[in-house]
Amino acid sequence: MTGAPKVHLDRAHGLRLLREMLRIRRFEEKCAELYQAQKIRGFLHLCDGEEAISVGVMQALGPDDWVVATYREHGQALARGVPMRALMAEMYGRLEGCCRGRGGSMHIFDRATRFLGGNAIVGGGLPLALGVALADRMQGRRTVTACFFGEGAADEGEFHESLNLAQLWRLPVLFVCENNRYSMGTPLAVAEAEPEIWRKAAAYRMSGEAVDGMDVVAVEVAARRAAERIRETGAPHLMECLTYRFRAHSMFDAQLYRTKEEVTAWRARDPIPRLSAWLVQVGHLHEADLARIEAEIGAEIEDAVAYAEAGTPEPVEELERFVTMEAVPS
Amino acid sequence: MSATASPSRITYREACRQAIREAILADPRVFLMGEDVGRYGGCYAVTKGLLEELGEERIRDTPLSESAFVGAGIGAAIAGMRPIVEVMTCNFSLLALDQILNNAATIPHMSGGQFAVPLVLRMATGAGRQLAAQHSHSLEGWFAHIPGLRILAPATVTDARFMLAPALADPNPVLIFEHIMLYNMEGELEPGVAAVDIARARIRRPGRDVSLITYGGSLFKTLAAAETLAAEGIEAEVLDLRVLRPLDTAAIMDSVARTRRVVIVDEGWRSGSLSAEVAMRIVEEAFFELDAPIRRVCSREVPMPYAAHLEQAALPQPEAIAAAARGLVRPG
Repeated sequence: MTGAPKVHLDRAHGLRLLREMLRIRRFEEKCAELYQAQKIRGFLHLCDGEEAISVGVMQALGPDDWVVATYREHGQALARGVPMRALMAEMYGRLEGCCRGRGGSMHIFDRATRFLGGNAIVGGGLPLALGVALADRMQGRRTVTACFFGEGAADEGEFHESLNLAQLWRLPVLFVCENNRYSMGTPLAVAEAEPEIWRKAAAYRMSGEAVDGMDVVAVEVAARRAAERIRETGAPHLMECLTYRFRAHSMFDAQLYRTKEEVTAWRARDPIPRLSAWLVQVGHLHEADLARIEAEIGAEIEDAVAYAEAGTPEPVEELERFVTMEAVPS
Repeated sequence: MSATASPSRITYREACRQAIREAILADPRVFLMGEDVGRYGGCYAVTKGLLEELGEERIRDTPLSESAFVGAGIGAAIAGMRPIVEVMTCNFSLLALDQILNNAATIPHMSGGQFAVPLVLRMATGAGRQLAAQHSHSLEGWFAHIPGLRILAPATVTDARFMLAPALADPNPVLIFEHIMLYNMEGELEPGVAAVDIARARIRRPGRDVSLITYGGSLFKTLAAAETLAAEGIEAEVLDLRVLRPLDTAAIMDSVARTRRVVIVDEGWRSGSLSAEVAMRIVEEAFFELDAPIRRVCSREVPMPYAAHLEQAALPQPEAIAAAARGLVRPG
């Protein structure tokens, strides 16, 4: 594993990271199953293979920080602390869901954890991240806004506009690019004149770096270092996490654009076995630990599914509620 | 009216400026951002002097990044500020349409009411200065299609002066369209008015023979047409919608019930327009009150041309408004 100057990777912390990643993986495996069973509908985008990024970055955030994510955001939501029950009920389209079943998989919002979407327009979340960062700064709060987006967002004007404005105004945003090498089925090389996304930061005199997104500790180290500096100076930072999605783009994807060999090669770098192997090697993880963690996660998922199954549909009479708000929620 | 300057006689531009200044001084959460609002003083000189008085924190010049700064306004509103964002003209707002529609108008509902977007977005609209097709269109009708937004079109100095405060107090995104031909207009502030009801239309001229329903830059053309008609013995009622969403349907139906004849005047294009919406609501709710078909005077369906005679030919004009009304009241 990467050297960890600011991360004390003791047994408790190592197991926490492993548990968080496994929790996302198992949750999404259940989602895929529920999709086949037609319990979950709409578009469903799984982050299988990319879990180290959400788990690593969230270690650097406090409760007052903001998170802005994309339509592939179950991992960020769980790692941020959005309750699994509310998340599953949301995918079931139930009133008990975090958005009363109005958003579904692609649009998860949770005020309590300052989770500002779930945004299904590529690049659409970056300007929002600038705004919450600006508001916190103007109100004297020393927060960091973590803004997740895929490498496809770097094709959008919003990416360039937002990096420019963030650097100009010194807005405390940690830009986290999850580069999984394909925008849907279009490979990086077909869409990007400069496929190393982190280098684009230099055009805005912003600091940038590439990180191994398959290594949760490397991500955590980089995120902690970046967040600390952002909190101190207010200046934003671009972190490109190199990763890969093991599964299809969504549930409607024949994966014609990549080879099985490529997928297999990346699966060999799966962040979960990678961490667990290291934890075993240094004596932090025993077979019984893993069995216990899996059992706990399994029970949590079972509980979340039961909660969603028992959920109620929002009354149709409330269809238009919140189109306009009667007050600003406090 | 007296030629001597009185404190209550101001330009529309000055009314907008006073409203912004007052809002920023009154509430530490309010700030203004947009292209050239600071050092330049605003493309239409609305914000001249405000940077010097209020400072760079509250009057923010932005890069030419409509999507980023409108989206930043939305984010800032969500996180506790009360931003006023200026988009130089509504044609440029199309560069920020994703943020306006997919975030500002959507997040409150889609989040199940967890987040409100108390944002005010000001923009210039309309034609008349020979700015041609990329600076002259009236797109407020498009925005009035979108659930979740409140759309205002102040036409008088009083509305320009006093609509901003209630717009900022609204927990929802409010778009204010200021017609470019109004900025130089002078008018008297209505005495005793300190706030405008941003839910209600307003009768600008009572009448019994025909309702002329309009808003924004077309109001004064419509009032001029009403004067012409009065000289001919036709008493036209002029209803200023001023709130384009949600429409004050009750005020429209009241007027129709009085006059039984309607001309709708809208600088937007006719097809699929705000004028079509108003007309259809009348048909749905007051069809049997009508003594004559509804008429519309809209902009011709062309990209706004540069040459003055063509531009004027493309726009609603008092003569056409009067002719439409005359045709209803005295057919044949």
